[in-house]
Amino acid sequence: MTEVLVLVDHVDGAVKKTTSELLTIARRLGEPSAVFFGTGVEQAKETLAQFGAAKVYVVEDAALGEFLVAPKAEAMAQLVEKTQPAAVLIPSYAEGKEIAGRLSVKLESGLITDAVDVKAGDNGPQTTQSVFAGSFTVTAQVTKGTPIITVKPNSATPEPTDGAAEVEPFAVTISDAAKTARIVDSKPREKTGRPELTEAAIVVSGGRGTGGNFEPVEAFADSLDAAVGASRAAVDSGWYPHSYQVGQTGKTVSPQLYIAAGISGAIQHRAGMQTSKTIVAINKDEEAPIFELVDFGVVGDLHTVLPAATEEVTKRKG
Amino acid sequence: MNIVVCVKYVPDATGDRRFNDADHTVDRVGVDGLLSELDEYAVEEALKIVEASDGSEGEVTVLTVGPEQAADAIRKSLQMGAHKGVHVLDDAIHGSDAAATSLLLAEAIKKVGAESAWDLVICGMASTDGSMSVVPAMLAERLGVAQVTFGSEISVTGDMVSIRRDGDTATETVEASTPLVLSVTDQSNEPRYPSFKGIMAAKKKPVETWSLADLGVPAEQVGLAAAWTKVDASAARPPREAGTIVTDEGDGAARLVEFLAGQKFI
Ligand SMILES: Cc1cc2nc3c(=O)[nH]c(=O)nc-3n(C[C@H](O)[C@H](O)[C@H](O)COP(=O)(O)OP(=O)(O)OC[C@H]3O[C@@H](n4cnc5c(N)ncnc54)[C@H](O)[C@@H]3O)c2cc1C
Ligand SMILES: Nc1ncnc2c1ncn2[C@@H]1O[C@H](COP(=O)(O)O)[C@@H](O)[C@H]1O
Repeated sequence: MTEVLVLVDHVDGAVKKTTSELLTIARRLGEPSAVFFGTGVEQAKETLAQFGAAKVYVVEDAALGEFLVAPKAEAMAQLVEKTQPAAVLIPSYAEGKEIAGRLSVKLESGLITDAVDVKAGDNGPQTTQSVFAGSFTVTAQVTKGTPIITVKPNSATPEPTDGAAEVEPFAVTISDAAKTARIVDSKPREKTGRPELTEAAIVVSGGRGTGGNFEPVEAFADSLDAAVGASRAAVDSGWYPHSYQVGQTGKTVSPQLYIAAGISGAIQHRAGMQTSKTIVAINKDEEAPIFELVDFGVVGDLHTVLPAATEEVTKRKG
Repeated sequence: MNIVVCVKYVPDATGDRRFNDADHTVDRVGVDGLLSELDEYAVEEALKIVEASDGSEGEVTVLTVGPEQAADAIRKSLQMGAHKGVHVLDDAIHGSDAAATSLLLAEAIKKVGAESAWDLVICGMASTDGSMSVVPAMLAERLGVAQVTFGSEISVTGDMVSIRRDGDTATETVEASTPLVLSVTDQSNEPRYPSFKGIMAAKKKPVETWSLADLGVPAEQVGLAAAWTKVDASAARPPREAGTIVTDEGDGAARLVEFLAGQKFI
């Protein structure tokens, strides 16, 4: 069977859930080989095996961590040349898409970004994407070269299987031209103890309607083991960090349940949450456009509804 | 500093957006369009950089690849304060994918550079229609210069450009020396509104229109037929079924929790 390369998304060997999703998808197209940049593969190996990686190519070149994007794209291109894969799957985070973009130019191969589904087709992978703020669905395929596809989080349910996860170090040659944008400082994001926004099964977001008080939003989120998100209005007001923004210029989330509190539902916000399975809103204004999307809505003040709901959930959970 | 800003003309996100039925390309002609809002941040950043460099010898050239209507995106940028515009316009370009668009932008940037050398190419973080966020990286690859992308805070000292890049797991500081491709996020600045003076001045600013022949790009390398990807189908997402909406009369929270429990979220 032909190989399918899957770029592993990890922090020092702690593998993100998107990787198990991509490995699951890769199995529809061929035999998954994980591509692991950096250190920590010993820790990652178990998860990679569990979701079917037959091989794990490890690239440890220091340039990968010292410079932005370009060395990773070169490493990936060299791996593609060696393995001649049926496809390359890359998680759809900012850097992943940039690696994919450069790879596409290097290999003269077609690139599809932000797939929400990938299936095997007669002429290679068939992708589904959700576009125009989730208002349209398109299906597409790559017609030239090695298909390069970036895949959004939550695009598949990870299915365990047995993979050998045979570790194979891969030596790359990084050109001087790729060593130009130097990462001079890196501060890891502070841990909140809550689930990762893009991976969470439930997300509770607050907007301008919080008036700057996110406590009811956070408390309700915690009662449901949910992640916390925010609208751009809340972020721009300095009430919540930008890394929690949901929407066109923030994160795209696609959880089982999305709860919007004090958020009007502007098109740019919808762009980041419209594909959520179940949508709930709490808003004072019964005319708020967010109500067009909801499965369940409460017209009311979030400052009374959320605390009462938190209490009720906590009581039920015992 | 001489700066080239890549700006895209896109369908208005708050209006009707759709695909052409015949070839599943984005309809840019039959709908209201505008300068992609995220590219306003790129124009603003360029103006700020040029204004901050003493002597203000620098020039800001705005560049677009798009249909006739895309001239609007150039006009708005000139009204904001950019000095001149370049419009790559050719019927053969219709249906180009990101690869072809980046090729055209790269060739146009080289042509701009042949007249007077550029230091920076500045892009938006994403186009508001395609939202791919790949063209800046592709451009850096094609031009063979450093890629300093997703800058949320930008500082320029001499020929060094430094940005704050807020990644998923870390906030990074990235540095490179010019020439380079920079892309900026909507956190980077507050785009200015064109002033009356700016609007009047824009009318006299030079805009050049370049065809494929002017760029020396063969028609076979761009457009729908040359695309490296193919859209097989496009369809409006079926509207969501109308949900249950209750007005809180003291029982809002209870009913909400009831709903969540019924859906097995609790
Ligand atoms: C290029 C571009 C990109 C953008 N990207 C994003 C993005 O990524 N994410 C994003 O979110 N936005 C984005 N926006 C901004 C977007 O257009 C909206 O301005 C923003 O989403 C509004 O946030 P909001 O709903 O919190 O605020 P508002 O629109 O002001 O809505 C606040 C809502 O809270 C309700 N409310 C007030 N008080 C209460 C209360 N006590 N209890 C209950 N409800 C209450 C009000 O009725 C109202 O509906 C972008 C805009 C542009 C132009
Ligand atoms: N047709 C175009 N003309 C000019 N600039 C473009 C065009 N397409 C993309 N860009 C630039 O590339 C950035 C990212 O676009 P994208 O990769 O399509 O999300 C935009 O913000 C623009 O700066």
